[in-house]
Parts: sequence; C-alpha cells; structure tokens
Amino acid sequence: MKAKHQRLALVGLGLVAVMGASGLALSALKDEAAFFYAPADVAGKAPPVGRAVRLGGMVEAGSIHRQNDGVTIAFTVTDGKARVPVTFSGIAPDLFKEQSGVVAEGQFRADGSFAADNLLAKHDERYMPPEMAGKMAAAKTLQQ
Amino acid sequence: MIAETGLAALWLAAALALLQLMLAAGGLWSARPGRADRQDRASVAAAAQLMGGVRPVAVVQGLLAALSFALLILVFVRSDMSVLLVATNSHSMKPLIYKIAGAWGNHEGSMLLWVTILSLAGGAIAILERRLAERTLVATLGAQALIALGFYAFLLFASNPFARVSPAPVDGNGLNPLLQDPGLAFHPPTLYFGYVGLSVAFSFAVGALVTRDVGAAFARAMRPWVLGAWVFLTIGITAGSYWAYYELGWGGWWFWDPVENASLMPWLAATALLHSVTVLATRDGLRAWTVMLAVVAFSMSMIGTFLVRSGILTSVHAFAVDPTRGSFILALLVLYIGGALALFGARIGTVKQGSTFEPISREGGLVLNNLLLSVILGIVLIGTLYPILAQAMGTQLSVGPPFFNKTIVPITLLLMIGIAVGPMIRWRRDDGQALLNRVTIPLAVAVFTAAAFFVFAWGAGAFAILGLGLAAGLAVASVAPLWKRNLRRTPLFTWGMVIAHLGVAVSIAGMASERAFTIEKLVAARVGDAFWVGPYRVEMRGIRPAIGPNWSAIEAALSVRRGQGDPFWMHPQSRYFSDPPTNTSEADILTAADGQLYTVIGQPDGQGRWQLRLWWKPWVTLIWAGGGLIGFGGLLSLIGRVRRERKAPRREALA
Repeated sequence: MKAKHQRLALVGLGLVAVMGASGLALSALKDEAAFFYAPADVAGKAPPVGRAVRLGGMVEAGSIHRQNDGVTIAFTVTDGKARVPVTFSGIAPDLFKEQSGVVAEGQFRADGSFAADNLLAKHDERYMPPEMAGKMAAAKTLQQ
Repeated sequence: MIAETGLAALWLAAALALLQLMLAAGGLWSARPGRADRQDRASVAAAAQLMGGVRPVAVVQGLLAALSFALLILVFVRSDMSVLLVATNSHSMKPLIYKIAGAWGNHEGSMLLWVTILSLAGGAIAILERRLAERTLVATLGAQALIALGFYAFLLFASNPFARVSPAPVDGNGLNPLLQDPGLAFHPPTLYFGYVGLSVAFSFAVGALVTRDVGAAFARAMRPWVLGAWVFLTIGITAGSYWAYYELGWGGWWFWDPVENASLMPWLAATALLHSVTVLATRDGLRAWTVMLAVVAFSMSMIGTFLVRSGILTSVHAFAVDPTRGSFILALLVLYIGGALALFGARIGTVKQGSTFEPISREGGLVLNNLLLSVILGIVLIGTLYPILAQAMGTQLSVGPPFFNKTIVPITLLLMIGIAVGPMIRWRRDDGQALLNRVTIPLAVAVFTAAAFFVFAWGAGAFAILGLGLAAGLAVASVAPLWKRNLRRTPLFTWGMVIAHLGVAVSIAGMASERAFTIEKLVAARVGDAFWVGPYRVEMRGIRPAIGPNWSAIEAALSVRRGQGDPFWMHPQSRYFSDPPTNTSEADILTAADGQLYTVIGQPDGQGRWQLRLWWKPWVTLIWAGGGLIGFGGLLSLIGRVRRERKAPRREALA
C-alpha cells in the first residue's frame, strides 16, 4: 500500500468511527435519556408512563408514611404548584427528609403516581443538584 | 507566617514559570532553522545560553511549588483556623491522616496539588530526559510552563488556598464525613498524577510539533510518561470504584456518573495513546494520529477537571464544587486545546508520513484497537455532555446507566476480541490463515464457556453470557504470547502486556458475574428474624449503639452463617457525625473466596423493625482484582521500557 493511500484509508476509518459513534450515541440518547420533571410539568398532562425519568421537588411536610411491609415509603413531591405521590422501596438516603429537596429516579404509573427506584438527596448541607437549584429558585420567586 | 510563605513560594513559582516560557520561546526563536547559518556565532551562542537556562529554571519552579504545597499541609496539620481553607474544611479534633488529606479534599488545595505535580513533572523531565533533541526538549518544557502558568493564575487570582479569615473561628467546619476514609487520602492524588502525566505527553506533542520532530525518538521520550499516567489513572479509577462501592452503601461499583466519566475518558484516551505510541516508537508509524491522541488525552483530563470542579452536572460524587470557577477552567481548556489544535493544523502537513503496513499486521490490530477505544470515548463524551447541551436548549434531562450499557457494552465485547487477537499478529504483515490457526484454542474456550453458561445459567442474559465467554477466551489468549518462550528471557514489557490483558479478562468476568448473578434482599427485620441471601443465612440478633473518634452510630448485630460453617458477626452501621452534622451509612462487607456479602442498615419503622439491605455478589471482587492486574501490568511495562532505554545509549556508545 502506498503511503498516501494508507493515510487516506486511516483518515477514512477515523471518520467512519466518529460517525458510527455519534450515530449510535444519538439513537440511544433518543430512547434512554431520562428527562427531568417537576410536579407542575406533569399536572393535567399525561405523564410519560413506563419511561425512566427523574422527578424533582420538595418533600411535602407530613407526607412521609411507611407502609406495612416496613421497606416501602410513600411521600408527596411538590413544587408549590402541583403534587405527585411517590412510592419508594429501599433505604432512603440519610439527607432525605420532609421539607427538603429530593430527586427521584423511576417511572410514572398510569394513575399519575411515581414509582421511584432511587432517591437522590443533597450530599451535604452545601450541595444541591443544579436542576434542583434552578427549580427551587423558580418556586421561591412564585411564592413571593 | 506559614501561610504567607506558602503564598510567596507560589508567586515565585509562577514567576519562574513565566521565565521558563520566555527562555524557551526566546531560545527557540533565535536558533530557528535557517537563521543560524546567516547569523553570526554570537547570536547562536546567545540562543544556546537562553535554552540552557530552561532546565534549571524548571527544576527550581517544581521545588517552589512543592514547598508551597508542603506548607499548605503544615497549616492543615497545625489546624491554623485563621486560614480560611482550614476553617472551612478541617476540624481540630480530626485524626491526623484526615487533617493531611483535608489539604487536598477541597477545591483550592486540590488545584495546588495539580499544579505541584505538574511542575514537579516538568522538573523531572529537565533532570531525566537526555536522549531527546535539545530543541524539542526546550519546546516541551516551554509548553509545560505555559500550562503551569494558567493554573498558577487560576490559583493566585481566583482560588488562593492561603487566604486568611478574620476573626479566626474557634474551630473549623470539619470535612465531609464521606471523605473521611483512607480511600480519599490516595484517590484524588492518584488521579491527578494521571492527569498531569497526560499533560506531559501533551507538552511533548506540542514540543515535537514546534520543532517538526515527530518521530520514534519523540515517541520513546513520551512513552514512559504515558505509561506512568495510565498506571496512575488505572489505579485511581479502580480504587475510586471500590471506594464508592463500600462508602456510599448502594451496592453499586460504577454509576456512569459524570465525575466517574470524567476519570474514565482520560483513561480511554490514554489507553489508545499508549498503544499508538508503541507503533510510533517501534515502527515509526501513526505519527499524526499519535500527536492528535496526545492532544485529545490532555483535553479529556482538562474536561474532566472542568466537570468535577464546576459542578455543572448532577453527580453523586460532587464535592467542593464552585460554578464560578468552572468558567476559568473552561477558558484555560479552550486556550490550550484550541492552541494545540491550531498548531496541529498548521504543522501536521509538514510531518512526513511514517512507515506503512499491511492491513493484517500488529499495526493494523492496534489501529482497530484505537478506533474502538475512540468510539467508546466518543460515546462516553456525548453521553456526559449531552445534558449540558440539552439544558442550553431549555430541556432538563440526565443520561444514566441504560444509555451507557446499551452502547458501551457491545463495543467493549468487540474490543475484547481485538485485545485477544492483536498480540498474536506479527508486525508489518501477517498471514490470515496462520493467524486463524493461532486463535483456534482461545476461540474454542470462549465458545465452550459461553455455551456452558447458556445451558446452566441461561437466565443470566445474553450480554453477561457473551462477556463471560469472551473473558475466558481472552484470558487464554492473553497468555499466548508467552507460549514456547523462555520465560526468564521474556522482556518485562511483554510480561506487562500479558498481565494487563489478563486483567481486562478478569475484570470483565467480574462485571458480567456481578451483573448476572447478584442476589438482593430488602427486608424489615425484627430481632430474631433470619433471611437467606445466596449461600448465607443472616440473622438479626440486636441493635446497639457504637462510638468512634468523631462519630456515634447505631449498628446491627448480624449473625451470619454459610451452610454448616461457623457463624460469625457482621455489624453494618448508620453513623452520625457532628462536624458537620451528617449521617452516613457504613456497610459491612464480608469477602469470601467466591464473592462478597454486602450488608447495610437503614431506618427503623417505629414498630421495632429495622430496614436491612443484603446483597450476595458472586465474584464481584474480580472487578477490582482485574483493575489491579491492569495497573500492575502497566507498571511492569514501564519498568521494562525505562530499563531498556537506559541500556540503549550504552549499546550505541559501544557500537
């Protein structure tokens, strides 16, 4: 193989690889990206049932209830405009508490409630997920 | 006074970096090709003098940065609360090791560590590197000084670690308890060594482009740094994964979290670079590609630093985050990478094509390896950055494990075939039929293993079965280069390759097994209740308080028994730290020969029951054992290469 052809072939292969990677990534993103919802985003609209999404907001005061099996908790997530009931089976993070921010990962059920597979609470007092920070600021402005 | 001395040392180091850059640029400019013949001898001597100053300046600059960092550690050890950084991140009651580790467990300290390692590496090049053409070396050290300058500016103008606070608080805020773990003491510095090693490779690439000296000598000078960086990244990622596994108490070892991806991307680029630099050093091929990869690898470590430091993405590992500073790192990133790409574009046309090779050859195999690694890198990069892009367009979303598993897993399986076959191919050209004969045994092992799992454990899932089969085939193929060889005379770097490739097989076997065969139990347990998880019977015998140096805890007493063996105790804890007030969950993990039993205690339900989460994870330890093997293989290669390079000049002198 001549030097020039080899270089061309390598450049071509590189381009094919880049395009293959982008194509694969973009098509998978279409199916698998988890959209972020606040309760107001799904109020009155049909939520995307069965698709992996994130739901973020405040845990409503007095809403955390432990169910009889001892491992499932039910609570309500609110953003001041709408409320979504959530259930979660598992060990809640240490900083999960009422009137505190939470991001729940999971799916909406057909009745509009949310089944969480995982709860993300703040790591420490100083940290807040950026999505949360944005939504909370918006909620605060609305309350005033 | 200590803090002020540290700050002064930092300013001096920055000034020396500027001097280093100017000496290098001045020297190269006055001695540029085509000028020396026309000019009188005096200017040639002047240029030599300028360039001669670069090495000593680089060494002193490294020492000053190290002094500054040592003084920061001293301030932390003495718990000098009048220094803002100590007050916000430390506490006088903390154990000594966490006081020391606290020096880099925060933004300012970790950036100072970054620049310290960077300038020490520059000093090390100045002392050690004797085989590269002097002009290229000077250009390399100039590039190194330019990178360091950016970070010095960042520290001095936007994140001074030595700033005082007045009045000084009585005591500090403490360090995040999750970080109070031996894992923290070593994890970030290890990754930084890796990132900085890649910056050295980048400087070499820039130096070679400036002097148009892209060839085997440049590759040999760069290779130990790439290998070293890669070993540190491998160890850092492996240790970080295990740390997250036992410290977070979620039972997972990899979350495809932006911060994890930030360390994985440089590793992928470094792995590709490591293999292409071998082609350049051995066969003088893939010149432009190798230079490009060196630029990409450093870009990835800058992007990694940016993602971690800016907190622009939601991460479970986001500590010490400050969005305003992210833009400074972003500006540095654009400056360095844009500059390097512009230089690449301007100069690469003048770099001659290296030697060529046939498609079926070791070089061909390594090109395939590089392409697959680049594809994986591209996917991880897109998946990691996509949420930022989406946010800019007004949509909030996150990209998690489902995306990465769907895309990365199949390509990794392909890559495993490449790793198995690649080392069996000869350099330059090989015969396809002979190659097929060589792969028969590993192929048979892979098919047999996959078939056995399919028959006896078909519920494991297609990818897990394929992964286990390919891991078995790869394990056999990886030791094939030792076949019929005198093992004593086998060079150390061949051993290194064999062990690292074997490590990949071991690690992937662990991942597939963990994925396919993990058993999880989530229960509400009363005292006296017993549960089966995998081969273990776990009985809740009581709940009791426990106390440590700076925490108090509630712990479960679990009596655990396997088959007819002796029962033993496990004590998962829920810890409470008062400075800062935080709860953490401390998993108790039992390591058996064939896996781990992982126990976590959750909250009480108010009726005498406690949540317990139990996992039996067969062969999960192979994941990190494989990572350790990969790192150890890299280390052996590094020692082997350095030894051979040491011998080489002597051989030339004799000849």
